[in-house]
Amino acid sequence: MKKLLISILLANLLAACASQKPVEPEAAAPEPAPVVEAPAPAPAPAPMVEVDPLDDPNSLLAKRSTYYPFDVSAVQDADKPIVQAHAKYLSEHPDRKVRLEGNCDERGSNEYNLGLGNRRANGVKQMLLLGGARASQIETVSYGEEKPRCTDHNEACWKQNRRTDIRY
Amino acid sequence: MLRVIKNIVGAVILLHVSTASAELSIEIIGAGENQIPIAIVPFGGEGKLALTIKEVVVSDLLRSGLFRMIDTEGLSPRDPADVSYPDWQARGAEALAIGSVAVQPNGRIEARFRLLDVVKQTELAGQAVSASGSQVRAVGHRIADLIYEKLTGDKGVFSTRIAYVNREGQHFRLVVADSDGYNEQTVLSQNQPIMSPAWSPDGSHLAYVSFETGHAVVYIQSLYTNQRKLLAGYSGTNSAPAWSPDGKQLAIVMTRDGSSQIYLIRPDGSDIRRITFSGEIDTEPNFSPDGQYLLFISDRGGSPQIYRMPAKGGSAERMTFGEGANFSPRHTPDGKGFVFTHRVSGKFYIALQDFQTGQMELLTEGGWEKKPSFAPNGKLIMFASEARERGILATVSSDGRVKQRMFTRSGDAREPVWGP
Repeated sequence: MKKLLISILLANLLAACASQKPVEPEAAAPEPAPVVEAPAPAPAPAPMVEVDPLDDPNSLLAKRSTYYPFDVSAVQDADKPIVQAHAKYLSEHPDRKVRLEGNCDERGSNEYNLGLGNRRANGVKQMLLLGGARASQIETVSYGEEKPRCTDHNEACWKQNRRTDIRY
Repeated sequence: MLRVIKNIVGAVILLHVSTASAELSIEIIGAGENQIPIAIVPFGGEGKLALTIKEVVVSDLLRSGLFRMIDTEGLSPRDPADVSYPDWQARGAEALAIGSVAVQPNGRIEARFRLLDVVKQTELAGQAVSASGSQVRAVGHRIADLIYEKLTGDKGVFSTRIAYVNREGQHFRLVVADSDGYNEQTVLSQNQPIMSPAWSPDGSHLAYVSFETGHAVVYIQSLYTNQRKLLAGYSGTNSAPAWSPDGKQLAIVMTRDGSSQIYLIRPDGSDIRRITFSGEIDTEPNFSPDGQYLLFISDRGGSPQIYRMPAKGGSAERMTFGEGANFSPRHTPDGKGFVFTHRVSGKFYIALQDFQTGQMELLTEGGWEKKPSFAPNGKLIMFASEARERGILATVSSDGRVKQRMFTRSGDAREPVWGP
């Protein structure tokens, strides 16, 4: 979170003081961006600062959840580009790690849902591996129905709970 | 304190039991086919106790749905010689319990009671029960057990205990209580989920699932010393502990080889052996009373259904068919069938199925009814339900006639399991 804030601050500063030139969100800094004091007005073109694309709110990488129909664990077509974007990012950033957290709605037994959440997280893991991520970068966990985002007994609520969260 | 409302329409009785220091409230709906009319005379000397033995005995017997209380107003025999049988016959009593209690110099209480047959004018049973001064409930439960056994022929379960999980927001407590919900003790309290408590056959330990390390792991905890140890904490999930009847091993579910599969493990964590190989979700194992078989659920056929396999491993046989999905199977104490959660058309029911006939019988009206478990005598089934937007504990008699709902003080009661 701290890193995200710093990066956003940097991006804003650059946008304000340098030019309208969009910041290229490609190659990321191998190390955390250094904390910089407010830069003195620079006559020269701004130094190239690379922003971690994970922090770009307009990137697909800003999406960190996949959603599922009832009792389904396969990644849905609508969410595949998201998972593929994370796979590409992980393959390009071997130092980064993710934790995949599978969740379910309450319409099963707690134990069955623990299994289903595991299967959802594993489905995302397989797609990340196919996209070039390494197994050592990925941890999976299932919360089953134990950590609902929403607790009403209706589909509007349930569909929010049927999800895998991708946490860096 | 005790209010009985008789429904005008018929045999439906709604009973509400509560006390001033209520930890919970209990509602009873329905009645057994033949209720035994019994008079429980106030125990001599019980006025000195924090709560009376009579009130514990009466509420135990009423909760079973098998008894009807006869008014004792104006009659207070303490000894069989004082009993005027014609008076009790006139009031319609068939059985009569009398007794007295004394607080001894060391603070212990000693209760003596006799159960009399009013029709035959004979003594059916007599017993002295001694306990520490804080255990009036335990004394009452013991007496209620003896009355229940003498008059119904089945063992009483009023002295047994239950375990469940109480959830309040993000806070979880693993609770052990008397079977009536009173006398609750917190075994574990934390801000991470707790699931699937399972009693060791001797009632000395609970196995359960905890998320305190960030993922599901299985612990075994002693209820005497409160000491616990990690049974299984492998990567992925470790869950669904079930004890074998001899207590020498458990079946658990792990995902360390991919999907949820069933493994056997010794209580010290050694000798792990995988026994299902479906690659699908296999979970919720439950040993048969003879230890020879496991019931479990699997979605290998497309939807979650109940299967049975030899406990030492082998091929599985599907037990449930038809519309809907099925979860959380548990053998009946006599091993002839199983109780489970049945989901159909968006509702969850408690259902019973016989191995021989394969017939399924619904015991409840449906709603959010999950995770049934039998009382040791096989006459009552406890399950998780919901009422007034709260998770509650509920029981239903195995013939479906008598139901009760127990509202805990606060939060949602989940994952109940009846202990020895």
